[in-house]
Amino acid sequence: MHATAAEYDVSTRLVCQKLGVELRELEDWVCCGASAAHSTDHLLSLALPAHTLKQAEEKGLPLAVPCAMCFSRLKFTLHELENKDTLALVSGAVGKELSTAVTVKPMLQVLADEDIPLPIAKPLSGLKVACYYGCLLVRPPEVVGFDDAENPQTMDHLIERLGAEAIDWGLKTSCCGAGVAFARLDVVLKLSHRILSLAQKSGADCVAVACPMCHANLDMYQKDMTVKLGWKTELPVLYFTQLMGLSLGFSPKELLLDKHITNPLPMLREKKLT
Amino acid sequence: MSRIGVFVCHCGTNIGGVVNVPEVVEAARHMPLVAYADANKYTCSEVGQASIRDAIREQRLDRVVIASCSPRMHENTFRRTVAAAGLNPYLLEISNIREHCSWVHSDSKDATAKAIDLVRMAVAKVARHESLLPKQVGLTKRALIIGGGITGIQAALDIASAGHEVVLVEKEPSIGGRMSQLDKTFPTLDCSACILTPKMVDVAQHPNITLLTYSEVKEVRGFVGNFEVDILKKAKMVDYVKCTGCGTCWQACPERIPSEFDMGLGSRPAIYIPFAQAVPNKPVIDIANCRYEKYLKWKETEEGPEPPQCRICEGVCPTEAIDRSQKDEIITEKFGAVVVTTGFKTFDHSVYGEYGGGRYPDVISSLELERLMSAAGPTGGEVLRPSDGSHPKNVVFIQCVGSRDDKVGRPYCSKVCCMYTAKHAIMLREHDHEVQCYVFYIDVRAGGKDFEEFARRAQDETGALYLRGRVSQIYQEGKNLKVLGEDSLIGRPVEIEADLVVLATGMEPSDNADLIAQKLNISYNTYNFLIEAHPKLRPVETQTDGIFVAGTCVGPRDIPDCVAHGGAAAAKVVALLSQDSLTTDPLTSIVDPMKCVGCFACKEVCPFNAIDEQVTRDKRTIASINESLCKGCGLCVVACRPGAVNLRGFTSQQLLSEVLTLVRG
Repeated sequence: MHATAAEYDVSTRLVCQKLGVELRELEDWVCCGASAAHSTDHLLSLALPAHTLKQAEEKGLPLAVPCAMCFSRLKFTLHELENKDTLALVSGAVGKELSTAVTVKPMLQVLADEDIPLPIAKPLSGLKVACYYGCLLVRPPEVVGFDDAENPQTMDHLIERLGAEAIDWGLKTSCCGAGVAFARLDVVLKLSHRILSLAQKSGADCVAVACPMCHANLDMYQKDMTVKLGWKTELPVLYFTQLMGLSLGFSPKELLLDKHITNPLPMLREKKLT
Repeated sequence: MSRIGVFVCHCGTNIGGVVNVPEVVEAARHMPLVAYADANKYTCSEVGQASIRDAIREQRLDRVVIASCSPRMHENTFRRTVAAAGLNPYLLEISNIREHCSWVHSDSKDATAKAIDLVRMAVAKVARHESLLPKQVGLTKRALIIGGGITGIQAALDIASAGHEVVLVEKEPSIGGRMSQLDKTFPTLDCSACILTPKMVDVAQHPNITLLTYSEVKEVRGFVGNFEVDILKKAKMVDYVKCTGCGTCWQACPERIPSEFDMGLGSRPAIYIPFAQAVPNKPVIDIANCRYEKYLKWKETEEGPEPPQCRICEGVCPTEAIDRSQKDEIITEKFGAVVVTTGFKTFDHSVYGEYGGGRYPDVISSLELERLMSAAGPTGGEVLRPSDGSHPKNVVFIQCVGSRDDKVGRPYCSKVCCMYTAKHAIMLREHDHEVQCYVFYIDVRAGGKDFEEFARRAQDETGALYLRGRVSQIYQEGKNLKVLGEDSLIGRPVEIEADLVVLATGMEPSDNADLIAQKLNISYNTYNFLIEAHPKLRPVETQTDGIFVAGTCVGPRDIPDCVAHGGAAAAKVVALLSQDSLTTDPLTSIVDPMKCVGCFACKEVCPFNAIDEQVTRDKRTIASINESLCKGCGLCVVACRPGAVNLRGFTSQQLLSEVLTLVRG
């Protein structure tokens, strides 16, 4: 969030400030372990998120998670801690008495709350957005318990409230390839290309995402796709918080819209949104 | 003093392999009142039964204990055995040393000790048995059939042809059921309507069959041979005596409603027959959708805008057959037997989000494809895509949608889908030679006469590509559908650009199958399929005498099996109705009038309404048992606080003597 996903970080903070959602960063949060932990050591993959969960529990605050992978790991940990033996084992590893009395929500769910009024300064009229949720935000449903795993609607409703049009398309929850990019870029190119090309064929002006990893894959590799797959079109990929920020009146510069590899500014100018 | 005979069965190695039978016989010889004990290899065989009859005569036995399998298996057989030797059939007790002993124990010593205990208990009980005499009751020689699909039609025709009266109740305006919606039938590809409609006409014309369409069974009372059934006849708003079925009204009606018969792919008017060959070929008015009926409803409250009046059907009818004065009516009829043939519906595939959850118009169910293929269907037999009416060239079939899938609560196989998909692949190719079919399957289950050959024909002759694996996702890409799946035989993901996707939706029981079962006091499983009395040996009977089940309401099956099943149920009904009177089981409850205080706690618990109130000579109101209705379940015995109710064959004294024998050793 501080480096490659700075756009997400900055835009989220601005939007939260505007909407009166007070964010407090946990002082001693640790890495969730991501794929590295859960593919090597089961206990480690639970203990790392558990450490972060414990701090939220001590603070007595719900945990808002911008990254889909972190959200997934935290939810998996909560799910597994329902088992008493696992709870005891992980408590031992963390060195603290754990509980499952922590609310964990993806940032998308926090900001899409319809009880929070949106003081829209500039409706995003005329903008067609393909909302992309990725695989981890909604799956597996019995673990994350958020929206529909095949056809989620949370981001779509939010985008519509901003005055834009959320298009109906079929790859909202398909995998972008995620961390496989480091080992098999060809796989990521293929999977991400499928997502981008369907979004474009379905008439989208841009793709909205809620995950730094998805953003990296979809935004960064469009040139490689052009070279290796012969796919020429550029489709901007934005964080949903950037679109929120835009409609709430922040400037593209404040929202770091100029930081993306696939430049969204020409498209936004054309739509008279900057 | 009683002279009790004990006969211990080896049941081959079923009992003899675990229980030491000679030891049990030896122990029995020393039990009180036992005059004779012996063993048999197979007691139920003719030789075994003869040895019992001989022993009864030679040893002057007056009571018999048979230690063998469960009484549910052979009690009736052995009752006939002892009766043949001159004993009252109820002076017999079965000691279950198979299901309750040898089958569930492996230690021979312990099992033998337990078998001896079980025999000792039976001896103690049978010593207190009394002679019981069954009663004769009359019966109504008429059968009720619930559901007019192919199974009900077959059952009705068979019973009627045997000379008994039949009432066939069907909730839709026409009989014919699911089979009438099908285009062709596997594996012979004969036209479904061509083989079904003559049978439907036979039903309508048979002098012994009364057809009650647009009707439902409301309540069932009584018992085998003497059922009393309330039937709701929904108002058709058409006088069937005057109506000639000319069709002027349904052609003139301006209203259009999605046709249930065409699975919503076509439309029908508000006064309608479901399909051209409907029996009876006379229409009903769909009150919920008729413009004039809507206007009449509005007039009651005058809320909202005034809907247009219509009454066009009344104007055009040449015989003035439209009769809006008709009201729903409940009639009560008597029957000796009931056959339930309520059929199936197809699984609702919208729970499968990965297949689009019902959002994509070109992802259809197999039954929808049947309607598109049918010459009498909404497209006149041309297979056209619902989205744009174009001819599909690449068609993907997905098997096991709502079958063999625990995730949607349907772990069972629907049995017919593999075959009808093969049929669809063959038929689509016949409709259009350029069609390429892909079939995603788990296994191709083609068990049945000529079935495997037929399924192979779909693969070999029509070039349908069978891919073993599941589909993970379908999404719309432009005008077409992208199907992502796996070919598990080559271990690779596959991607198919499809014009049309057909989901092989499985079978589940019709709506309200559970409610009908409750009305009839028969069992159903967690999926609402009705439960037969024995899955192998009593496939059409139920645990309630006189109620029979057949067809797809019992479980998934194809047309030939349904016809056979309907015929089987008919044979059972005919056997029942051919009797002049019925013998009732004397193992019923009995009330001691001196002990009964008239609290009627027994009446509260009786599931069979078998307890009546009776006033004694000294003006006390006490309970009395209707022995025709009593099933001998014993609930009343437990509920009775003064101990006034007893169950014949299982009296408190008999059961207590068993327990005392056991604890005293």
